[in-house]
This record gives sequence, structure tokens and C-alpha cells, in this order.
Amino acid sequence: MTIPLLEVQDLQTVFHTEEGAWPAVSDIDIRLEAGEILGLVGESGSGKSVTGFSIFGMIDAPGEVTQGRVLFKGQDLRELSAESMRKLRGDRIAMIFQDPLMTLNPVLRIEEQMLEAIDAHQKLPKAQALQRCVEALAMVGIPAPEKRLRSYPHEFSGGMRQRVAIAIAMLNRPDLIICDEPTTALDVTIQGQILYRMQQICQAQGTALIWITHDLGVIAELADRVAVMYGGRIVETGTVAEVLDAPRHPYTQGLLNSLPAQATPGERLTQINGMAPSLSGRVPGCAFAPRCGRATPRCVDEQPPVTTIPGRAFRCFVPLEAPAA
Amino acid sequence: MTAMTTPVIELRDVHKRFVSAPDLLQKIVGAVARQPAQTRTVHAVNGVNLQIAKGEVLGLVGESGCGKSTLGRVVAGLHPATEGQLLYKGQDVSGLGGQDKLAYTLGVQMVFQDPQASLNPRQKLHQILGEALHVHKLAPAAEVPGRVDAALAEVGLASEYRARLPHQISGGQRQRIGIARALMVTPEFLVCDEPVAALDVSIQAQVINLFMDLRAQRGLTYLFISHDLGVVRHISDKVAIMYLGKIVEMAPTAEIFGQAQHPYTQALLAEVPDVGRRKRVFTPIKGEIPSPLNPPPGCTFHPRCPHAMERCKQEVPRLRETSAGHVTACHLLD
Repeated sequence: MTIPLLEVQDLQTVFHTEEGAWPAVSDIDIRLEAGEILGLVGESGSGKSVTGFSIFGMIDAPGEVTQGRVLFKGQDLRELSAESMRKLRGDRIAMIFQDPLMTLNPVLRIEEQMLEAIDAHQKLPKAQALQRCVEALAMVGIPAPEKRLRSYPHEFSGGMRQRVAIAIAMLNRPDLIICDEPTTALDVTIQGQILYRMQQICQAQGTALIWITHDLGVIAELADRVAVMYGGRIVETGTVAEVLDAPRHPYTQGLLNSLPAQATPGERLTQINGMAPSLSGRVPGCAFAPRCGRATPRCVDEQPPVTTIPGRAFRCFVPLEAPAA
Repeated sequence: MTAMTTPVIELRDVHKRFVSAPDLLQKIVGAVARQPAQTRTVHAVNGVNLQIAKGEVLGLVGESGCGKSTLGRVVAGLHPATEGQLLYKGQDVSGLGGQDKLAYTLGVQMVFQDPQASLNPRQKLHQILGEALHVHKLAPAAEVPGRVDAALAEVGLASEYRARLPHQISGGQRQRIGIARALMVTPEFLVCDEPVAALDVSIQAQVINLFMDLRAQRGLTYLFISHDLGVVRHISDKVAIMYLGKIVEMAPTAEIFGQAQHPYTQALLAEVPDVGRRKRVFTPIKGEIPSPLNPPPGCTFHPRCPHAMERCKQEVPRLRETSAGHVTACHLLD
């Protein structure tokens, strides 16, 4: 059997507070092949960003990865030294964030920031390194890249800044990019442009993506597979078509039904009542049970195990019927 | 609806300009360089005409910086229009005084995107909700607590919440309080400025349902501002698409989503992520939204438009009726 690009097994990350340690994410299993796009979907507080940060090895106190393995090309990233992890980050694995203003240094020209990202991982003659910067900017669709290298982050618009952040992530041709809501703050026409570039780059270079978002529409259009998170666990995973067309977990279905696009205009939307639990307010069983129309007493008390059927998996005692074949 | 019915809100050629005069430093630099500093003008709303009939929901859609929020604020009376007329029930608002002015001020209320920023963090919820009643002496002091509880119930919150502070409730609940506050003075018209944009999908559905229930129960009229076409399609009777200060297309909702005529509307519709589409091959429209400080000449959309002609670069297209009840500003339709 071939080794997948990324295999996350039984990952748990907790946050230490004065009242004790609360698990933000638990029992996370993810498998990603080279060139594959996985959509990680969830609402605020579902643990999707914590999952991304845990894989990237960027969980800081009071957070702590307490359990599990993050196998990247067969090697457990949790066993690497801080130094080896730093070498890997930005080289083989990169990350893009929602707000590029927070990741770009406001007082350095783009050129310096890009050269720095190359320099940290390999020694190239300056002319060659500059050439690579220009190519990366051109690849994400920045007009006049030679000229724009001399610009500062504030001289770019929001959409252009996000392109710069993507270009920096792409500089060393990573195998995996973790994208944490990179288009959420952008207008739809600009989002379309960025998705177009990301899709092209992934196809051309075989880069795998973990695309973290709350927008099911983006996932449907971009991703190969999707993992739906709720209350710190992946509640359902499978190919985009399987999960979105025939959800088995009641939360996935509730989320789809909440979308105005799925409803008849003017009619009440099928809403999920209540709200997402806080870290400290989760029940011992399925976190969705208090809001779930199908919940039984067992759902509240006991954590449902993973049901695996070929190509997909879900955690539910009372799953929705599989569609008739 | 008969032709005799007066619209609740009518805008006639409304402009809103924001002018920033050069500050002292810019003046000095200008004098030294012998290039006097210019006054900079943003034409945020550039000649808008529209009517909203009683009980109607008009969805106003556009991207960042198109002037949709400014237009909403003009309607709500938070910004005076620089030019043009705003009519409330057929009366020009700028000429109103006394009771008539108060009827407009109370009759048109606003719900904001970020309830965190629009609720006083030091006031308890019952103070926030009761304040307008006290200020305008709309109810005797003894009746206020009852009115507050009724308002909480109407937006789906238990009366226990009355003593909470805004930070002690969730984002969705805060938006409910923002709506309840607007309803305290029994308005007829609500300007809703991106009221669900900051909410999670499952919470967003709850708040959209609340807006639809309130409309049915109270016969409210909405100007519903949003960048989310899915939400607008669901809640609106009529949709106006705005680009760089101008309405470029306006029609009944089904028309906009079925037979969009303006290339910008078509591009917007094509870009909205759709859960029904799989592994889309993206072919985005080019370019960025131009700065309203320096808009392109002619049709402001022409630098991004796949169909732009020579004429589009010179002549501003007029908004005119292109089919029954459907207005579009585009030279292609001539």
C-alpha cells in the first residue's frame, strides 16, 4: 500500500484554562493523497482552524496537542524537533490565512519578504531567487510582477494581498497548503479569481490542499472530498458528491437545509434550532445531540463511534437513510 | 397595488458625496511643491432613483465600496443626501418638522451588520431596548418593562435575558437584540445593512426566518442590503444591483435571477458559489473594483466587462426600462 501524503490519526488538541483542560478537537482522522483537495467545513468554534494549526504544528500555549499522530509522507511531525519542523514549514507544507495583513510584514517590501521565504530553505543566487519571485507573482495573476515586487503590503488591495500571500506560500512548491478561510473576506468576483488560480496551480503542480471554510458552496465547487466538523469532531467525511447530495449525519443535512439557495424563495428556511455549544458546554455524547431532531437519550450520554462504509464515514447512532441505489 | 399608492420610501436622483479637504500638512507640501493639494471627493451614491412600496422587500446587492451601505444610511436619515430628494410616504424629508419629522425618524429604523458595535456594551439589554421609549416618551415608565419583555419574546428570547449585558449573549442573539431595538418604536420601514453577514449558516437561517416572520406579522417594509445573493434571492421581492454608486439593474427577484441583463449582474450570479455545482472550472471576470475616488469614464464597469465597446468608455449608460418592470443601464441593450 502506498503511503498517503498526509495521514492524521486520532489527533486531539486541548486548551488549558483555569477550569481545566477542554478538548478543542478530538479523534481527528484525515487522509490526503498528493494533489487532492479536502474541504474542512464547520461553523465558528467547530475546531476546523485548530485542526489546521495542529497539523501545521502551530498550536501555542494554552493550547496543546495531547494525542495522535500527524504523518506527513510517513513521518510523524509531532516527533520532529522544533528546528526540523521549522525547515519543513514554508518548504513542504505552507499555510495561508484569512487576513493577509496579519501575515505580511507591513514595513518590508514584498520582495524582501519573498526572498526571505526562499532563503530560509535553500541557497539560490539572488538573480535566480528574484526570478522565482516574479514567476510566483505572475502565477497568481498579479499584473506587472517585476514592478510590484517593490511595493509594500498596504499598496495592494485586499484581493491582491491575498494573492501575494498565496505566491509566498507557493515559492518553494510545497506538497501541501493548509488554507484557513483565505477567501472569506473577499468579494465574490475576487473570490472567483483566487479560486481559479488555486485550482490551476494545484492541477499544474500536484499540490494538495486542505481548504478550511464555512462556505459549503466553495467546497462543492473546489474540493474532491469534504470533512464536516461539529463540536471538535469530524462528524462526516466522504467525496463532495456523496456528502452533499446524500448526507448521512443530521448536522450535515441541517447545514445544507439552512442554505437559502436550497429553499424555495419566500418560504421559511429549515433552521437548526439552538446554537453551537461552547468548549465547556459540550455534552458527553454527540455534541450535536442537544440541537438534533433525531437524537435519542443514548446520543447525549455516549460518543457515537465512526461508521465506515466504502469511501465515507460518519459518527451517528441514528444516521439518515442511505439513498436507494 | 394601484397606481395611487404612495411608496413608503422614494429616492429621486439622490447623490451622496464625501469630501475631504487637504489638511495642513498636505497644504504645506502642496505650497512647497507648487502643486496645490486637491480636495478629494468620493461620489459614494451617484444619482439613485427608486421606490419601495408598502410591504415590499427590496434587496440591494453590491460588492465592497459600491455605496450600498451609504445609500441605506441616507434612507435611514443617518447621512443627509448631498443632492436629490428622499421622500417618506410622499413627503420630502428635508422639509419635515415637528411631528412629521418625528414620524419619519421613528418610522424608519436601521439594523446593522455588527450588533457588537451597535449595542452599548455597558447597558443591560432592557436598558438598550427601553431607551427609545423613554427618550421619545412613547410609553409611561410603568409600561416599559412589559414592552421590553414583549419585544424579547417577539425575537425569540426569554425574558431572563433582560438583565444581561451584550457580551453575555451569542452573536445570533445580539442580532436579535439589534432587531428588537429597531422594533421598539413600531417602525414601518427597516433598513437592514448586512444583518446576517457575520452569522454562521445555521444561525443565519434562524435570523432570516425571524425577518420573514416579522414582515408577515407587522407588515413591515425592508431595504435589505447584502452582498449575499442567496440570502437576497430568498427574502426579496425586488432586487437592485449596485456598482460604484449607481444602480445598474433593478427588477423583480425572479427576473434578476432568471434573466439578468447587465453583464455585471451576470458575472455576479456566475461567481456565487453554489452547493449544486461540482468541480467547477472557474472562469472569473477580470480586474478589480475601481476606486470610487477615481472612477473610470463612461460606464464604470467597462474595464471589467467582456462585452465593452468603444461607446462604453465615453458615454454613461442611462438606467431605463428594458422590459416590463425591469430597468438596466447598459449600452448593449440599445
